[in-house]
Amino acid sequence: MSELVIEASKLSRNFGDLKAIQELDLEVEKGRIYGFLGPNGCGKTTAIRLLTGLLKPSAGEVQVLGFNLPRDAEKLRLHIGYMTQRFSLYDDLTVKENLQFVARIYGLVGRQQNSRIDELLNTNGLIPQKDQMTGSMSGGQRQRLGLSAATLHKPELLFLDEPTSAVDPENRREFWEQLFDLSDQGTSILVSTHYMDEAERCHKLAILEEGIKRADGSPEELMQDMGAHVVEIGSTNLRQLKQELLKLSDVISAAQLGARLRVLINNSIADPLAFLTQQKSISAEANISVVRPSLEDVFVTCTGEGRQ
Amino acid sequence: MNALLRIYAIFSKELTQLKRDRMTFGMVVMIPLIQLMLFGYAINTNVRHIPVGVVDQSKTGLSRVLIQTISATQVVKFTEHYINVQQAETAIASAEVRAVLVIPKDVSQRLVRHQSVGLGSPPSSDEETSRPVAQWVVDGSDTTIAAAIKSLRNMPLAELLSKPVNRTTPTFEVTLLYNPEQRTAVNIVPGLVAIILTMTMIMFTSAAIVRERERGNLEMLITTPVRSIELMLGKIIPYMFIGALQVVIILGLGNLVFNVPVNGGLWQLAGSTSLFITASLTLGLVISTIAKNQLQSTQMTIFVLLPSILLSGFVFPYEGMPEAAQYIAETLPATHFVRLIRGVVLRDVEMIDMAFDVYWLAIFTLAGLAVASLRFKKNLD
Ligand SMILES: Nc1ncnc2c1ncn2[C@@H]1O[C@H](COP(=O)(O)OP(=O)(O)OP(=O)(O)O)[C@@H](O)[C@H]1O
Ligand SMILES: [Mg+2]
Repeated sequence: MSELVIEASKLSRNFGDLKAIQELDLEVEKGRIYGFLGPNGCGKTTAIRLLTGLLKPSAGEVQVLGFNLPRDAEKLRLHIGYMTQRFSLYDDLTVKENLQFVARIYGLVGRQQNSRIDELLNTNGLIPQKDQMTGSMSGGQRQRLGLSAATLHKPELLFLDEPTSAVDPENRREFWEQLFDLSDQGTSILVSTHYMDEAERCHKLAILEEGIKRADGSPEELMQDMGAHVVEIGSTNLRQLKQELLKLSDVISAAQLGARLRVLINNSIADPLAFLTQQKSISAEANISVVRPSLEDVFVTCTGEGRQ
Repeated sequence: MNALLRIYAIFSKELTQLKRDRMTFGMVVMIPLIQLMLFGYAINTNVRHIPVGVVDQSKTGLSRVLIQTISATQVVKFTEHYINVQQAETAIASAEVRAVLVIPKDVSQRLVRHQSVGLGSPPSSDEETSRPVAQWVVDGSDTTIAAAIKSLRNMPLAELLSKPVNRTTPTFEVTLLYNPEQRTAVNIVPGLVAIILTMTMIMFTSAAIVRERERGNLEMLITTPVRSIELMLGKIIPYMFIGALQVVIILGLGNLVFNVPVNGGLWQLAGSTSLFITASLTLGLVISTIAKNQLQSTQMTIFVLLPSILLSGFVFPYEGMPEAAQYIAETLPATHFVRLIRGVVLRDVEMIDMAFDVYWLAIFTLAGLAVASLRFKKNLD
């Protein structure tokens, strides 16, 4: 087994009565992209803050890059980069000034500093904006600046908290290309997201809900090991059909996708097709087929979100 | 080495932000300018031209000459005539005049027997000399005005009768050092340096950390290797230059406009002001680590500013305050600096001669810096 950059066991954090993170076990391998997938308020940011030493755990153990947290948080800071969920560079400085500031903080001066900043501006496509005031930049440009600042000192481990929430799909793809480049160069990355397509790009991911890890593994493993069949029904009167099916205890969820209904059925049913054709609510002409599960199906099965 | 670089990083970042913040930059220059003009002209303990009235019951040539002689002192200005004392008191109540001179019918009798005139022999009996020439009825609520009119009590009257002055030898001779003309500005302008620095220095830095938090920069800042003390130093250094600029404005203009001398040595001046500037800046930083938002930091700044104006000896003499107030005053950096700067600017003393105040400011600064650095936690708990 390869080297671990993050090792957490039974990590918990409470805010008063609220259990924001509960008994989180985590293993992140070096050089991989690890994803936190979960809805708003599930504790992604809190988990990242625990792993960067910004918050003290209420219980549990964390080792990041071999440093024990929270004791060695200060030593860890030289080796990690963190791109916060809310843009945290200075709005009243230009792009270049912001990068210069960060460079000086990490002890980069003179020609070294200039060449590193030029390199970052180049790879992140920020050369036209280099003298623009940061406050006036678009969401995508800010996010690229955020990444530049977080990677300026070439950290071994990079934390990205919902880096693409204000970014269009095109830019999102380019952003991920860059993450893969960084990953190829040996940087380990932990990224949080609530986009399925993004989660699917991760080497490994953990699905979080209400501070609890519901599942983890590579996207393929998760889809394979999902405890449910996925069936699509093409028929009329789908809204009524959905209500009828949701009454059955073995139906985990039903969601309409245009002219089809995507239904998740518990694995305890051996033959989902036979199970469905028995249902009176489904007309004879209905077109029923078993399909390949998607990550969204995994997410719905894990979090039990489907039963509205 | 890296620590210095990190301090420089914070310093240059603050400077760039400050340069872009037109409003703050304007205040740096405008606050000392405007306050100097306001305080320099408005605060004046040499009261002149107080509007007063007169009830002239004698209506003689002598009473008219008496009124003219009093007017010549410029302390009061006779604006109204009243028939009787009741009418005069109503006028005082309605603030038409601040005082009324009541000249009795027998004013000439009284004057002739008055000791400052010294006419008549055998010498006047006690009974006769103890009768004053006329009476002042004063709105005594404002002590400064009352004192100004009281100062007229012993004005010489001999010239009224074109007689040689028969001055009695004063019990004490008074030599007024440093401000022989008794101009208020001489005392106010150096004190104003303390007040304006207290105001601007604390105001600027008290927002320093809070602003980072409010704008969301703090989470990034604390994940970097910047240490608390480096952050604190980087944040106050730019303002030390600003403080120095303000001192130059106040003392320079004070010299040009109000003719306030700067008698002390330049190094003494630079030393004592930079001590006070850093003390105020660190106090601001401490506030900044306590306040949750910029409104709170502003409130706390005012909380420090008001006693600094009232208790530091800037307007009211320290010696005249009750003991409890003196204890409070001693805790304020402004009190120590008012003493120092008046000493240096007016009396040309060396800092060594005022060691207590110097040490006090130095210890205050170090303690403030330590408290701010310790209070500033590099986490979000
Ligand atoms: N400082 C805090 N004090 C009290 N409660 C907090 C604090 N920080 C977070 N929480 C709570 O902890 C829970 C998890 O919050 P967190 O910010 O980690 O969610 P998230 O997964 O990052 O959500 P989002 O996708 O909206 O960013 C939320 O219910 C939130 O209200
Ligand atoms: Mg979050």
